[in-house]
Amino acid sequence: MRALERKLLRDVLHLRGQLVAVALVIMCGIAMWVTMRGAYRSLVLSRRVYYAEGRFADVFAHLVRAPLSVAGAAERIPGVTAVQARIVFDVTLDVPGLAEPATGRLISVPENARPRLNEIHLREGRWIDESHPGEVIVSESFAQANHLRPGDTVGAVLNGRWRRLLVVGVGLSPEYVYEIRAGNVFPEKRRFGVLWIGRKAIQNAFSMEGAFNDVALSVARGASRADVVARLDRLLAPYGGTGAYDREEQISNRFLSDEIRGDRVGGLIVPSIFLAVAAFLIHIVLTRLVQTQRDQIAVLKAFGYTNLDVGVHYLGMALVAVALGSIFGALIGARLAAALAVLYKDFFHFPVFRLDLSVSLFAGGILISALAAGIGALISVRSAVRLPPAEAMRPEAPPRFHAGLIERSRAFRAVAPATRVVLRNLLRRKVKAALSILGVAMAFAILVVGRSMFDSVDELMRVEFDAARREDVSVAFLVARSGTVIDDLRHLDGVIRVEPFRAVSVRIARGNAERRTGLTGLDPNATLHRLVDRRGRVIAVPPEGVVLNRKLAEILGAGPGERVRVSILEGVRPVAELRVVRIVDDLVGLGAYADLGVVNRLMEEGEVVSGADLTVDPLGRARLYRGLKQAPAVAGVSVREAMKQSFRDTIAESLAITNVSGIVFACIIAAGVIYNGARIALSERGRELATLRVLGFTRTEVGWMLVAEQAILTAIAIPFGIALGYGLCVLLMRAYDSEVYRLPLVISRQTWTFAFAVVTAAAVGSGALVLRRIRHLDLVEVLKTRE
Amino acid sequence: MGEVDVPALTGVDLDLFDGELAVLLGPSGSGKSTLLNILGGLDVPSAGEVVYRDHDLTVDDDRALTRYRREHVGFVFQFYNLIPSLTALENVALVTELADEPMAPREALELVGLSERLDHFPAQLSGGEQQRVAIARAIAKRPEVLLCDEPTGALDYSTGKVVLEAIATINRQLGTTTAVITHNAAIGRMADRVIHMRSGRIVEIERNSRKASPDQLEW
Repeated sequence: MRALERKLLRDVLHLRGQLVAVALVIMCGIAMWVTMRGAYRSLVLSRRVYYAEGRFADVFAHLVRAPLSVAGAAERIPGVTAVQARIVFDVTLDVPGLAEPATGRLISVPENARPRLNEIHLREGRWIDESHPGEVIVSESFAQANHLRPGDTVGAVLNGRWRRLLVVGVGLSPEYVYEIRAGNVFPEKRRFGVLWIGRKAIQNAFSMEGAFNDVALSVARGASRADVVARLDRLLAPYGGTGAYDREEQISNRFLSDEIRGDRVGGLIVPSIFLAVAAFLIHIVLTRLVQTQRDQIAVLKAFGYTNLDVGVHYLGMALVAVALGSIFGALIGARLAAALAVLYKDFFHFPVFRLDLSVSLFAGGILISALAAGIGALISVRSAVRLPPAEAMRPEAPPRFHAGLIERSRAFRAVAPATRVVLRNLLRRKVKAALSILGVAMAFAILVVGRSMFDSVDELMRVEFDAARREDVSVAFLVARSGTVIDDLRHLDGVIRVEPFRAVSVRIARGNAERRTGLTGLDPNATLHRLVDRRGRVIAVPPEGVVLNRKLAEILGAGPGERVRVSILEGVRPVAELRVVRIVDDLVGLGAYADLGVVNRLMEEGEVVSGADLTVDPLGRARLYRGLKQAPAVAGVSVREAMKQSFRDTIAESLAITNVSGIVFACIIAAGVIYNGARIALSERGRELATLRVLGFTRTEVGWMLVAEQAILTAIAIPFGIALGYGLCVLLMRAYDSEVYRLPLVISRQTWTFAFAVVTAAAVGSGALVLRRIRHLDLVEVLKTRE
Repeated sequence: MGEVDVPALTGVDLDLFDGELAVLLGPSGSGKSTLLNILGGLDVPSAGEVVYRDHDLTVDDDRALTRYRREHVGFVFQFYNLIPSLTALENVALVTELADEPMAPREALELVGLSERLDHFPAQLSGGEQQRVAIARAIAKRPEVLLCDEPTGALDYSTGKVVLEAIATINRQLGTTTAVITHNAAIGRMADRVIHMRSGRIVEIERNSRKASPDQLEW
């Protein structure tokens, strides 16, 4: 080993405390990077592979009824490579062990062949047998949630007739990677599931012989999907087509894409913050190291080592920290990404969740941190090698002290000399002090960011599930019913309050922008389902016009007072221009709302409702559910508590993994920054402090000088940390602004207290360590050698 | 208050000859350190000319100066300036690794009488020992020029003499052109020539007809 390498090794060992602190910070950055980028890339990879293997269709359309010959015509549309004509109906299910009725989406499949598109991946059991018409394959999440296995049966109301269906298989489809009921945002695994059934069985039950009501197409690569959509629309219009749409608008794919988009942005912002702090820390450590070794650098140069030799030497020190941090960061990140994958697998139903932890993922993170560290190191080394060796050899000239305004004040002259030293040091070395303050402020800020994510999720749950939705259960009818049904519901056992709504699926457009979503007609006096914005303020439903939620308004580019074209995809398919009266800045989903009467008038129907929100006597719940199961009109019920739980289990939990690791990492970084600051101050000032000790200052006085300086810096840093933390939260909330959910900017008092407590604890802990070192300061040694 | 330029050296005209031992003598502030730094390629004069054999040391070219120092010059500093994280042997190796035909680090340390303390760190050595390591480090690459800046400035009388002995030995045995800076007039007696400096000027050059050996020096 060359002598210079030996020096590097010894310096690394000598500075192990500080380098370990830097390495820990880098570790956190890399771990965060690998976790979040890994999750993002895994999701992208899993989707790509599954869509290809499962032959996920490109274009979809629903219609009332068309003869199969129309499907043949669809196949002749230029660019179309395959057509899957199906029969799809939502039915009420009676699932063993489930008190309330569930909704099943029945989808026809060929009995003796696999579907040409949207392949069903069998997880368990077998394919449907033509000779037994009641056999079904059940979607995996529904089967798992209800403990259904091949051989079990479920009851179903098919076209008004009660039937028993035999589960023969459990499967997955690329169409239902995210499995939700139309109009919902969060999955309700127990109460909504897909059931694939033989074509003959369903066509007989619904009198659909030789016909279909749903179609999926695949389009050749390079062919225009928009063109296919337009031609399909024209083809299906006479058969009650509700408008064809691209896979981009397919509900499961849209939610999945939305999550991927959020992950991409979050996966860039969060690790960037961490890595930036790491780079900054390396810069500080190296700058100060280089300063304390300026005479050594001068000697090396005096003997003929080139600037490059010296630069590489100090860069080596940064790279040691990067290497250590990278190895552990990559390991931790890989573990966390795998944990996240387990959750994703639960949330999104892929047959195989492919963890993309490829070399390029690690390489990317390591390269970024090495670059950051390298730049931090280069800047500090550059200033050192620039110094002519003769000058560098002399001890650094004492900084220029002269009495400023503060020091000429009477108060300053009154304080003890030790305190004066503290104050002068802070006032004179403004840049150093500013950098230390920035470091602590950054540490404080990332603590706030990490903890505030929990606040935001809590607030989202509060606003959505306590303020906006207050019903116990929500009942949906298979087809819209006359308003008198409300009275029937009211008379059911256990029902306390009933509020009707009319939900229709619509296509809302403004200019070229359009979205398929739901239009919900609400009773303006409703108390169970209200429009509530992100601050929890109730927005009244106007007597005319339509209310859009902010996300939908943004997509359409529609503001209050502007008009949107609403094409209703049900009933007589009316199209109307409606004025946007208000925008509600809410937190969940995409939606349009209007007065119940407005929707009824649009639909050219009388007092008609499609469902109702109920308040239920907890004791009467079981009886009510029994009643609802037998009511043929009821398609299914949603239970608010269950939705809340589902949100908690899925989104909240996946956020929790990144949040908890984020908070742990933030604590490490905060401690690392503060500990380093104190250690550097000690090494810089060791000589000065030892000299003071020799002159007769006590240990307490000397310790106080150092600790007080750090304490003042920390105290000044906290207000900056508050501002920085707030800013970063604003930035991050922009990332979590998707069509599925939006996180509100909330920073609770507990979060501020937490950040304050961690920073204070780190400062006190580092202070104690430094004081202990001062107690063991070898006066003679410090004065003899210069380090 | 504005800053006033104070020239460190003015009107200096000096030749150093092959193999000679020159002592630059003067009180602090007389410009001798600046002169030594210029001779060693650590600093560049703001005006005038410095030539070493065929090298022009006046050009302010960091690369050229680095090469000059690397190939021809050995330094000994008043505060030793050893690398604290390297042992005596490694401190010498630090320099021999740069040279074309160096002596073995061990041999250099033997020359200064430190063969017993090869693996000691600077903090484990006395001041005199540290300075002898510094001398070993300076001469291990067999430089043509050895420049010593107050080599005994931080040492007591007897340790100082040991260090001067080492310098004289190197000069005699290896024929290294040596310049020693000091404010101690007694040291002048061991030199071939004594260059007296005051306020940035050479005031007198004195030639010793008979060089004294370091152990004969008294101060």
